[in-house]
Amino acid sequence: MIEVTFTLNGSPTTVQVDDTERLLDTLRDRLALPGTKEGCGEGECGSCTVYVDGLPANACLIPTFQVKGRGVETVESLDPARLAPLHESGATQCGACTPGVALTALWILDQPELLKTHSLRELMAGNLCRCTGYNGIIEGIRKGLTEQAAREGRD
Amino acid sequence: MAIHQPSTLSEACALLATHNRGSDRDLAPSPLVPIAGGTDLYTHWPQRPDEHAKSYLDLSGIEELRAVRWRNDSLTLGALVTYWRLIQDRTCWSALPMLVQAARQVGAVQIQTRGTWAGNIANASPAADGVPVMMAYDAVVELVSSEGREEIPLADFYQGYKQMRMRPDQLIRSIRIPRRSFLFQRFEKVGSRNAQAITKVGVAIARSGAGWRVVANSVAPTVCRCPTIEALLDDKVTVRGPDDLATALSQDIAPIDDIRSTARYRRRVLARLLYFALRESCSAFE
Ligand SMILES: Cc1cc2nc3c(=O)[nH]c(=O)nc-3n(C[C@H](O)[C@H](O)[C@H](O)COP(=O)(O)OP(=O)(O)OC[C@H]3O[C@@H](n4cnc5c(N)ncnc54)[C@H](O)[C@@H]3O)c2cc1C
Ligand code: FES
Ligand code: FES
Repeated sequence: MIEVTFTLNGSPTTVQVDDTERLLDTLRDRLALPGTKEGCGEGECGSCTVYVDGLPANACLIPTFQVKGRGVETVESLDPARLAPLHESGATQCGACTPGVALTALWILDQPELLKTHSLRELMAGNLCRCTGYNGIIEGIRKGLTEQAAREGRD
Repeated sequence: MAIHQPSTLSEACALLATHNRGSDRDLAPSPLVPIAGGTDLYTHWPQRPDEHAKSYLDLSGIEELRAVRWRNDSLTLGALVTYWRLIQDRTCWSALPMLVQAARQVGAVQIQTRGTWAGNIANASPAADGVPVMMAYDAVVELVSSEGREEIPLADFYQGYKQMRMRPDQLIRSIRIPRRSFLFQRFEKVGSRNAQAITKVGVAIARSGAGWRVVANSVAPTVCRCPTIEALLDDKVTVRGPDDLATALSQDIAPIDDIRSTARYRRRVLARLLYFALRESCSAFE
C-alpha cells in the first residue's frame, strides 16, 4: 500500500491505495466517486476522462501514485447548470460516455481560444460515443459557446 | 512491486545505479521500470498481472525534466515534455512545425496531455509518430546515468526491433533538435481514421542545408531513415510516378503483414505518399 495526498475536486485528500491501482479505480472504489466510467481501459474511449492539473486525461492510464501533489477534478465537480446546452441538444443517450464528454466539453468552453487552432471535432476526438452520432454533442458545445459569448457580451 | 518517486534526476540515477546495473543483477532487487506519462505502460493494465509485479521509477515528480528551452540554434525538450505542451507553443508552429503536426495526430487530447516525446522514443515502437519527425529534424538523444551523460543521434539510436543504445541504468534526460531553415517539410500519417489510430504507414520529409531527410514509420522493425530515397532526391534523379520510387524504397524498408496492414499495402502507400508530397517541391518529379 502507498499513501497518496492530492487535491480532489478542490479538497485536500489523502488515500491509501495499492501500488498497482489506477486513478480510475481509486476514484470509483475508494473515494465513492462513480461518475468516472470505465469503457475500454486502454485510453481510447475517454469515458474515464478527468482533469489533472486542469488538463483532460484518461484515469484508466494513470497510476494513482502519480497524482501525488496534483489537482484532480472529476465530473462530480462540474456545475450542472453549465451542462444544460448539452442536454438540450441531444448530446446524451445511454450516458456511458457523458461524464467524459461533459468534462472535455466544459474544458473547451473554459478556453474557447483553443478553437483558433483546433476544430471542435479534433478536440472531442478522444471521447467516443456509441449512441448519438456526435452531432448532438458538437451542437451542444456550439450552443454553450454561443450562450457564453452572449452572456460575456452583456457583462 | 515497489514504487520509487524521486524529485531530482540525481536521486533517480542513484536508484537506477543500485537496481539496474548489470554485474550485480543477481544480487540486486528487481530492476526498475521508468514511467513518464504511462500511456504506453498502463494500457489494459488490469489484464497484465506480470507488469504489476515489477517495480517502477516514477519520473513525473522530477520538475527539472519538464523544461522546454528555445535557443537560437536549437530546441531542447526535457524528458517530461508532453505533446500538448508543444501544441500550445506558438514558436514550435513556425520553427519546427512537423512536431506540432505529429503531436496532433497522436491519439487524442487526453493522450497528448500525458504522453511524452521521450516516452515515445523509449517505447521503441516502429509505429511511433513522434520519432520520425524528430529523426527527420536530426534530433539528438541525451542519456544520463550516475556515470555521466552521453549523446546519441536519434537516427543511430535503434539497433533492431525494440533494441536501443540505452543501458537499463540510463534515462533519457532530454532531446535536442537543431533549428534550421527548411525548404520543405511534411509529415504524413495513414491510419484507419483520423484520430485514435496507430499508423499503418507514415513518413516525415525535410529538406534543409543539411540535405534531404526521409524517415518512415511502420515499415521496418524500427522507425528508419531511407538513405536510398534521400540520395535519389539529393541527386535530382527524374521520377515519373510512384512506381519509380519502389526500387529505391525496397532497399530502405522491410514492411511486414500484421494486424493493422499488409506489407504490399505499406510499400505502395509509402511510394504514393512520397511521390505526391514531393511532386509539389521537386522539379525532378514529373
Ligand atoms: C489510446 C492511445 C493512443 C495512442 N496513439 C498513439 C499515436 O497515434 N502515435 C504514437 O506514436 N503513439 C501513440 N500512443 C502511444 C503513447 O501515447 C506514446 O508512445 C507516448 O509518447 C508514450 O509516452 P509516455 O510518457 O506515456 O510513456 P510511458 O508509458 O510512461 O513509457 C513508455 C516507455 O518509455 C520508457 N520511458 C519513458 N520515459 C523514459 C525516460 N525519460 N528514459 C528512459 N525510458 C523512459 C518507459 O520505461 C516505457 O518503456 C497511444 C497510446 C494510447 C493509449
Ligand atoms: S476507459 Fe479510459 S479511455 Fe476508455
Ligand atoms: S450516449 Fe451512449 S455512448 Fe454516448
